[in-house]
Amino acid sequence: MRKTLDNLPSRSSPLSLSMRWSNFQRRYAPYIFVSPFFILFLVFGLYPSLFSLYMSFQSWTPSDGWGRWKYVGLDNYTFTLTDPMFWRSMWNTIWLGVVSGVPQHLIAIPLAFVIHMMLGRFKTFVTAVYFLPYITSSVAIALIFNTLFATHNGVINLVIAHLNTWPLLGALLPDQNINWFTSANVKYAIALVVIWQFTGWNVLLYLSALQAIPKDLYEAAAVDGASRVQQFRYITLPLLRPMMFFAVSLTIIGNMQLFEQPFVLLNGGASTATPGGQTVTMYMYRTAFEWLEMGTAASIAWILFIFIGILTYLNNLIFGRAARGVD
Amino acid sequence: MKQALFLAFLMLFSLGLTQRTTLTVAVFPNLDDALKAQLALFNKKYPNVEVKLVIQQYADHHNALTTALATGQGLPDVAAIEIGFVGRFAEGQGFEDLNKPPYNAGQYKRLFTPYTIAQATSFDGRFIAMPVDIGPGTFFYRVDILQKAGVDPRNMLTWPGYIAAGRRIKATTGAFLIADAADVAWINIFATTPANTSPYFDEKGNVIVDTPRFVRAFELAKNIRAAGLDARIGAWTNEWYDAFKKGTVATQFSGAWLQGHLQNWMAPETKGLWRVQHLPEGMYASWGGSFYGIPTASRNKALAWELIKYITTTNEAQIAAFRAIGAFPALLSAQNDPAFSEPVEFLGGQQARLLWRDAARRVRPLKANKYDRVAYEIVGTALSQVLDEGKDIPAALAEAKRLIERRMR
Repeated sequence: MRKTLDNLPSRSSPLSLSMRWSNFQRRYAPYIFVSPFFILFLVFGLYPSLFSLYMSFQSWTPSDGWGRWKYVGLDNYTFTLTDPMFWRSMWNTIWLGVVSGVPQHLIAIPLAFVIHMMLGRFKTFVTAVYFLPYITSSVAIALIFNTLFATHNGVINLVIAHLNTWPLLGALLPDQNINWFTSANVKYAIALVVIWQFTGWNVLLYLSALQAIPKDLYEAAAVDGASRVQQFRYITLPLLRPMMFFAVSLTIIGNMQLFEQPFVLLNGGASTATPGGQTVTMYMYRTAFEWLEMGTAASIAWILFIFIGILTYLNNLIFGRAARGVD
Repeated sequence: MKQALFLAFLMLFSLGLTQRTTLTVAVFPNLDDALKAQLALFNKKYPNVEVKLVIQQYADHHNALTTALATGQGLPDVAAIEIGFVGRFAEGQGFEDLNKPPYNAGQYKRLFTPYTIAQATSFDGRFIAMPVDIGPGTFFYRVDILQKAGVDPRNMLTWPGYIAAGRRIKATTGAFLIADAADVAWINIFATTPANTSPYFDEKGNVIVDTPRFVRAFELAKNIRAAGLDARIGAWTNEWYDAFKKGTVATQFSGAWLQGHLQNWMAPETKGLWRVQHLPEGMYASWGGSFYGIPTASRNKALAWELIKYITTTNEAQIAAFRAIGAFPALLSAQNDPAFSEPVEFLGGQQARLLWRDAARRVRPLKANKYDRVAYEIVGTALSQVLDEGKDIPAALAEAKRLIERRMR
């Protein structure tokens, strides 16, 4: 770098304007071209993150105005980590993460395999259909499910009531309308919405991974007399591992940050079912914007960040190593 | 000559420029409809003031206001504040203290329904917003359902009588007594608060959510739930509106404003089927209300104050809001308007406004506490644990007390 700079004519030497311009371009244009990302990242990524880290050591009520904060050390962290409401929402989040996360993959992998193997020209159409929920607004989805889950005239309860009249199945089902919006039941409602919304996304991920598996492996297996199930078990699953690692990581991160679906289903936290369905991010939102405890909310964000980091690391231990082993 | 004309024109033009001021007012629906009606009158008096409305949904409005207060940026000149937020904003430093000059709002305080003044006053005595409308709590009931069940609404004026009537209504008509048993607990908590304290804190700021007041309120709700008399429907959901439309719920406790909502959009087809009476056991409570305050960062404070004074202290403005959306005036003199003795057709011609006025004047003044909102949500959680999860009442309230105390750091 030094050398190129030395080779350039010094500033004082008489240079034509166009030469100077082209020198300037050569030297700085690349920086200008890459700058939008860095500017956006600094403004909307790094700055808020660092600010929230700073805020997590302060006590601040935003309605007091800018700058009226007070250093409190680790108080916010000790408060949050000993807060029963935080732990309840953490438990809700983990419960939802597992109950809505695991089925997504258990459904998506075989489904992707079936779509990949069988459907031929309908593949694109079917994939698009499964993907549709993913790109639909979460708020719209939650509003629709709110209507479907309604206690007295919701379609889901009407279906259950109808199934009740069937001989064998009826015995297994409750004979009264289920109130989905009680503290105990609302978790299942939220999990169902999340599974419905994100399974298609995982199908797409697994499909793309399946397409990368060489066809001749299957052909060779078929020649050796392996059945479809055996092919799935011994070829597809092991080769899907890297994608499983990636997809499960995304699910962990997404589910730990679950917000819109419970927020809208619980009427923004105004519902009486709130304690049973409140996730960590909802709790953080309420701490910040309803109780105006910005410092505490920032500490919740950082605790959640660390927690997601640990889970991703564990996931890496389980899937990641195996994935690398196969590679 | 030409030059003189041009100069004169220029002078007039610049005069117009300097005099024409824009005032921004942030407001939420449907208070904006009331405000628009009031602005038409205000502009007759102040033709050179252009009022720009920033309208956002209820939650967004208060979030935006909080963010703007935090950064001191993007604040309106006048901000509408709903009762749920006024206590918190009062405890912050973001609004002008209207007690002080040049506002000297002290002289207007006696013009308003007394309890509203306490609501907008901080613990250290600052008065941050002028009340514009109030929500005296009332007992709405479906006269057709009660008649079918052979229930006299007067027998529902004690809580045991209310529950007994509920059993009869459920048995004879199949209708639920109330949408959510929790409402009975809340109205009991609010209405039994001693004067000049917060519902959840005594005058020294101690948490009192485990006192007999709360135990009784929780017990009543639990009894109603246990008897299967509530439809377990949350407020402001489609099912709630549907229950009012179809008449699957016989009664509802709410602010007077519920009549406007029922009539305008929730269940207009039930016109004539509703009636109101006072709450059971001589209880009176405030259920909602709105205020206008001036953010400290406002650039047009003098004019902002003129506008607020106009919409809150003049009869014509208050009546305009009342006619537009049924917003019940906070201004006492406006409550003497002849419109108040007019029969309300939606309520089968009942002179309901006189009843609400009576209720409003009997509501005890409550004091806002910085932690009211936290306490409200924690008690709400305790209530749903009792109702939905079968938690023991004293245990739930003791836990709530502990959780609130933890937050008061």
